[in-house]
Amino acid sequence: MADVSKEELLHIANLANINIKEDELEDYLNNLKDILNFAEIVNKADTEGLEQTIGENDKCNVFRKDEVEVFEDKKALLQNAKEQERNMFKIPKVIN
Amino acid sequence: MDITSLTVHELMDKLEKNEINSKEIVEAYVKRINEKEKDVQAFVTTLCDDAIEKAIEIDNGSKDNFNIAGIPVGIKDNICTKGIKTTCSSRMLENFISPYNATVVEKLDKAGLINLGKLNMDEFAMGASTEYSYFKETHNPWDLNKVPGGSSGGSAAAVAADLVPWALGSDTGGSIRQPASFCGVVGLKPTYGLVSRYGLVAFASSLDQIGPITKDVKDAAILLNIIAGHDEKDSTSYEAPKKDYTKALKNNVKGLKIGVPKEFFGEGINGEVKKKLEEAIELYKSLGAEIEEISLDIAKYSLATYYIIACAEASSNLGRFDGIRYGYRTEKYSSLKELYRNSRTEGFGKEVKRRIILGTYVLSSGYYDAYYKKAQQVRTLVKKEFDKAFEKYDVLLTPTSPTVAFDIGTRANNPLEMYLADICTVSVNIAGLPAISIPCGVDSENMPIGMQLIGNKFEEDKILNAAYTFEQTYGFREKYKPDFKR
Repeated sequence: MADVSKEELLHIANLANINIKEDELEDYLNNLKDILNFAEIVNKADTEGLEQTIGENDKCNVFRKDEVEVFEDKKALLQNAKEQERNMFKIPKVIN
Repeated sequence: MDITSLTVHELMDKLEKNEINSKEIVEAYVKRINEKEKDVQAFVTTLCDDAIEKAIEIDNGSKDNFNIAGIPVGIKDNICTKGIKTTCSSRMLENFISPYNATVVEKLDKAGLINLGKLNMDEFAMGASTEYSYFKETHNPWDLNKVPGGSSGGSAAAVAADLVPWALGSDTGGSIRQPASFCGVVGLKPTYGLVSRYGLVAFASSLDQIGPITKDVKDAAILLNIIAGHDEKDSTSYEAPKKDYTKALKNNVKGLKIGVPKEFFGEGINGEVKKKLEEAIELYKSLGAEIEEISLDIAKYSLATYYIIACAEASSNLGRFDGIRYGYRTEKYSSLKELYRNSRTEGFGKEVKRRIILGTYVLSSGYYDAYYKKAQQVRTLVKKEFDKAFEKYDVLLTPTSPTVAFDIGTRANNPLEMYLADICTVSVNIAGLPAISIPCGVDSENMPIGMQLIGNKFEEDKILNAAYTFEQTYGFREKYKPDFKR
C-alpha cells in the first residue's frame, strides 16, 4: 500500500509550484493514495532484463541544420504576456 | 436536401458536380449551429462569420485545389490556430492567441478547408467526459444528460450533432476513440509519428497524436490523407512516402486475420456492449474474416502504466505555464516564486493539478525506480506482446469502451473511476499503434456502442479497410440517429 504523508504531498506540490490549501489536503492525499495503490500493479509485471521504452519510435538524434530563422511577428509573440516593455517580457525583480 | 447530414465525400461529389457551393455548405452549418449548439455546447469559439467570408472567397477563386476546398472543419481547442484563441479549455489559456499555426492547421488551410470553430475538451486533454473543461460541459447528442466522452468530447459531439462535417481531435490514451464511441461516430488514432504534433499543446509527448473524427470511415481516410506526413518541426514524425488511404477501402475482409483479446471482454464490461461486439464478430465471420480468440496478458498493466507515464510527462510539459510569457497571471504576488505558484494554482483546474502532482511524485527521487522506470519497462513488455500478436493477426478487435456514455456528474469527483473509461484504449498509445473506433450498434436506450480495431504500426490501411467493410454491411448511419433526448 502506498503511504504518502501530508508533509510529502506538500513537498511534491512545492516541487511542482502548486499551492495546496489546508482544506484541500485531505482530498489530494486520498486521490494520490488511491491512484498509487492502483498503479502498484505494474510491479507485478515481469520486466526482468527489459530495457525502458523512452520514446515511441526508435528514432534518436534527429539532426537538422542549425540555421537562424527570424520570426518577424514579435507583436504576436508578446501579445500573450501580461506585462511587457520595449519588446521584452517583464517579470518582477529577481535579485534584491 | 439536408446539407449538414451529408458526409464529406458526399459533399465533395456535390461540389464537383456544381450542385452546391461552399457558401451554401457553410451557411447550412451556421444555421445548424444556431439551432443546436445551445443544447450540445460543443464549441469554445465559433467562427461563423469568418467561415462564410472564406467560403465566398473560395467559391469565387480558382477551382484547381480539387474538390475538397470550401468544406468546413472543426478543430479541438488544443491545436494552435494563428490569430484565433487556443484555450485547451483551461483558465490558464483563456485568452491565449497562438502566434503560429500547428502543422495540421497549415495542411487544412492548404487543402482549402474552412475552420468553423474550436471545440471543447477536458482541460489540457486530461479527462474522459469533457466535464473537466473550464468553460462548459458538452452534452451527448444522443442523450443530453450524458457526457460525450473525452477528452475530444466537443469534436465528437459536434460531428454527431452535424455541427461540423468532420473534426480534428487528439488522442493520448483514448481521447479520440472513446468520445467517438460515446457519440456514435468514427475516430481514428494514427500511428505515433504519422501526423505532426507541431502546434499541438503537449500533454504527454510520447503518447499524443492528432487524428480525425468523422461521420464515416471514408471521411476518416480522406482527412488522414490531408494531415499525415513528415514534418521537420516534429522530430518524432515519420519519414515515409505519402499514401492514399482511400485506396485501402476495399469492402472485402476475406481471409483477414482478426485476433480478439479475451482480456477486453472480461470483468467490468457492460453486458449490452459485450453482446454487440459479439454480433460484430459474427458479422466479420460471415464476411469471410478469420477470427480467433487470443490472450493479451499485458492488458491488466496497461492502465496503470499509462497513468504513470502520461502524468510524468504532463508534469514536465505543463511546467512551462508560469504566467510570464503567456497564459494566466495571478494578481497576487510579491516575488517571482509567488507569481509562478499563484498563477499555476489559480490557472489550472483540479484534475490537471492532481495529475501534475502524481507525475511529479512518480518522477521524484525515491519513487522514480518503483513507478516511472518500472512503467517504462512495462511499456517495452506491452510493445513486445503486440509485436507477437501482429506476427499472426492483421487486426485486433476490442470494445472501445467497456460502457456506453455515462450520466453527466456521475464520475467527475472520482478520478480513478474516470480513468477506468480509458481501459480499452490506453495500451494502443503505450505501444504507438494505430486504432479506429466505429459504431457497431446501440444499447436498449439508443446509446451508441463502439468497436475498436487495432493495427500494427503504419498499417492504417488494414484497420480502415476492416472498419469500412463492417460499416458498409452494417449500415449504422442508416439505422440510428441521435435524437437530442432530454
